[in-house]
Amino acid sequence: MTSDKAAPLLELRAVSKQFGEQPGRIERVAESLGWHTPARPVQALDAVNLAIAAGEVVGLVGESGCGKSTLGRIAVGLAAASAGERRWRGIAIDRLPPAERRHHQLGIQMIFQDPYASLNPRMRVRELIAEAPRVHGLVGRGAEADFVAARLQQVGLDPALAERFPHQFSGGQRARIGIARALAVNPAFLVCDEAVAALDVSIQAQVLNLFSHLREQLGLTYLFISHDLGVVRHLSDRVVIMYLGRVVESAPVDELFAHPNHPYTQALLAEAPTLKVERKRFLAIRGELPSPLDPPRGCHFHPRCPHAIARCRVEMPLLREIAPHHQSACHLNAG
Amino acid sequence: MSAPADDRLPLGVGPFARLVAAFADSRLALAGLALLLTIALAAAFAPWLAPQNPYDLMQLDILDSRLAPGSPSGDGRLTYHLGTDAQGRDMLSAILYGLRISVVVGVSATVLALLLGMALGLVAGYFGGRFDTLLMRIVDIQLAFPSILTAMILLALFGQGIDKIVIALVASQWAYYARTTRSTAMVEGRKEYIEAARLLGLSTARIVFRHLLPNCLPPLIVVAALQVAAAIALEATLSFLGLGLPVTEPSLGLLIANGFQYLYSGRYWISVFPGVALLLTILAINLVADQLRDVLNPRLQKQ
Amino acid sequence: MNTNAATVLPTLAVEHLTTRFASRAGVVTAVDDVSFSVAPGEVLGLVGESGSGKSMTAYSLLGLIEPPGEIVAGSIRLKGRELRGLPERDWRTIRGNRIAMIFQDPMMTLNPVLRIDTQMVEAIHAHRRVSRQAALEAARSALGRVGIAAPDERLRAYPHQLSGGMRQRVAIAIALLNAPDLIIADEPTTALDVSIQAQILFEMQTLCRESGTALIWITHDLAVVAGLADRVGVMYAGRIVEHGSVHQVLEQAAHPYTRGLLDSTPAAALAPAEHGKGRRLQQIPGMPPSLADLPAGCAFRLRCTRASSACEQLPALQSPAPGHEVRCFHPLPQAPR
Repeated sequence: MTSDKAAPLLELRAVSKQFGEQPGRIERVAESLGWHTPARPVQALDAVNLAIAAGEVVGLVGESGCGKSTLGRIAVGLAAASAGERRWRGIAIDRLPPAERRHHQLGIQMIFQDPYASLNPRMRVRELIAEAPRVHGLVGRGAEADFVAARLQQVGLDPALAERFPHQFSGGQRARIGIARALAVNPAFLVCDEAVAALDVSIQAQVLNLFSHLREQLGLTYLFISHDLGVVRHLSDRVVIMYLGRVVESAPVDELFAHPNHPYTQALLAEAPTLKVERKRFLAIRGELPSPLDPPRGCHFHPRCPHAIARCRVEMPLLREIAPHHQSACHLNAG
Repeated sequence: MSAPADDRLPLGVGPFARLVAAFADSRLALAGLALLLTIALAAAFAPWLAPQNPYDLMQLDILDSRLAPGSPSGDGRLTYHLGTDAQGRDMLSAILYGLRISVVVGVSATVLALLLGMALGLVAGYFGGRFDTLLMRIVDIQLAFPSILTAMILLALFGQGIDKIVIALVASQWAYYARTTRSTAMVEGRKEYIEAARLLGLSTARIVFRHLLPNCLPPLIVVAALQVAAAIALEATLSFLGLGLPVTEPSLGLLIANGFQYLYSGRYWISVFPGVALLLTILAINLVADQLRDVLNPRLQKQ
Repeated sequence: MNTNAATVLPTLAVEHLTTRFASRAGVVTAVDDVSFSVAPGEVLGLVGESGSGKSMTAYSLLGLIEPPGEIVAGSIRLKGRELRGLPERDWRTIRGNRIAMIFQDPMMTLNPVLRIDTQMVEAIHAHRRVSRQAALEAARSALGRVGIAAPDERLRAYPHQLSGGMRQRVAIAIALLNAPDLIIADEPTTALDVSIQAQILFEMQTLCRESGTALIWITHDLAVVAGLADRVGVMYAGRIVEHGSVHQVLEQAAHPYTRGLLDSTPAAALAPAEHGKGRRLQQIPGMPPSLADLPAGCAFRLRCTRASSACEQLPALQSPAPGHEVRCFHPLPQAPR
């Protein structure tokens, strides 16, 4: 047991997640008749460790189906891990009695991807923001209007808009309302799952700046999940790269962009579109992401890896420290 | 692709105000609404509008039976604009009172079935699990029976009366609401705003009733509006078959049944006028419900 | 537009195209006096944010504007032939044949209940009378050209059996089937992962160069255009505000909006080292205006740091360099290069 001071704000220990429902009655009949092949469970996460220190911003990058959103949902407590543990300020939060857990849980909030679906369309902005703090006794009845106005100003919205409904706002404004709602319960930690992906470029920049500003102002900790390396580089202290349910590399942001170690990270960096006007003359990765239903043995990346060796096909590489604070899971580092 | 959408509305225009504005777009629906309001008012104020109380046997004069539309009464005090039936009842009065019963039965059965089905459907859709499986199998079985059969069996067991027929209608219709609510609750329950509410530590009851329920209502309102018409028609059918209401308090269905035997002898009015009233009522409800569906359908709304 | 290559007849020449929609909020000009041309084998990137009119421009070019929308002015010439005002019967011989479209969602092109071979053969038979065998052969070669490794296997598949990237490749192969003069692609890689996006961009570029097909690539992402396009048009509120070669627009941006977009793109952080963590992105203040409620004059002036009272008039196109056009009274000075 580590002392509380050294404990990360949020820690995921060997978290795994399997999807795959028990076959229903009809499926079982169909299977017995040979009409239906049983679905294999999908290993969305495979013993992932992630520790986030207070005040740190961790960028989690990967392509669709790599498990980054599942990891985010487990981190925030919306999904339960099949195995492994979630610790909040050093406490195994999911083993607490419900009331205590709920109290701690308020410190972890999520900013969602879809600014349309994440706001209740039948509530006014005032109610969207004030409901939870009122229920939890964080704000008195009389102070509600001022509270809402302050939160709206904090995210750069005009307090006069409090009486409107979500459909009367643009995408960028809705994203701000979602942030204001999360901030209303004074969280310490925000999980942002593709929180700016749905926004136009000029609006995306505004919201990213808002995230930076709020971090400085409130000392927030972020887990910033994105497929966009540019967005992640802009905001993060540390970047974690995932591929098919496993972490393949983790490093401080400048180190990762300067010295990417894992071939997958290198390929991602090479293929990310940049504003430099130049024709691509090569392709860094061929082929497509393998199906998570049937991941390759050994290193998951080996079928697409230009440097794969025989060992990569049979043995799963473990994350190892290759430089201070820089970890990579690749057999090529074994020398 | 639709035209660039832009709905600049004054500050804080709620979903309800938008609904009213969108509703007013269709003239046919407005006509239906006007007709429906007229019928509802006529039913509500029947005792004051009707020239005669058709249930008060003292007011009926058997000598006035089966008079053609427009005939004066025997004592010369009133004119039977729509004729009289075999008991000498003024048809206009009988229709107004019958309408009242039909609307009361239809609406109260619908509201009760809606509340029951909605509660069960919300629980099943939001929580899933065994309760959901069990409930949906019951719904499947229920819907496999024709609703008239369910209602007939229940009425045969309970006997006649307004309360009995309401129970029979609720029993045969709750399943529609349960199924609709469940599927909507499953879709809405997975949306991010529900997840956000969970993260904000709101109680399950609050999430279900304050967040989930209001967003499940639009399709339910449409189903309910259509089911009022179905309930009225079903009640009329049951009464026509003699299973519904007692002869002393005739609903529209019973009035039609009473006049049925005289159709071939040329005394059409005893059946036809209640029939027309029933038809207009159902038509008006369906027109309004159709427009409601168009207005509330999120896929059409974006246009 | 009036480059020295004027001897070559452009594949598509659009002049003063204006498309309007009647809506409850009034008449909305979704495409406002848009002119550009695309030469054979050339890639034009059409960049804009949502509501900028870039997709409406594409629908106008494809004759897909339906009431309450209407093309009210301008001309669209495909290899010299005027398309505006063609009856729907003639459009059907052009769409999917001379002009092909690739959508963001490949399922706009693919029918979920038909096998790929059926759909591809149908796409050929809609415009050409060839044997089924020859059509299948053409389908196979088209799939090969978009980098699909086992074309025979894919031909027998249903769309749902393919991954998102594979579906988009099939949609592109269908667009290529009839060797169109022009392909219009509306954000076809936005929903795809970077590695797949890179592959598709690479392949599209090669295909157009080799076959001489002109390509209009519609996107919100300047970074995509940087690696793909020969020329770029930047749209704002229905108008093209800047237009030029990809070097001119991205490296010598003259319109303050283009500059703002470039500065707001965090992908820029990948190239020079001084960008990066903690540094605020230069942001464009405010929101894109509603098309139903545009300010008079330059639509960007309310968000523009360079705006003056002159901007209340509509700026005409001016040309800071040959082939480079900008619709602004106060264009950014050009760095000497």
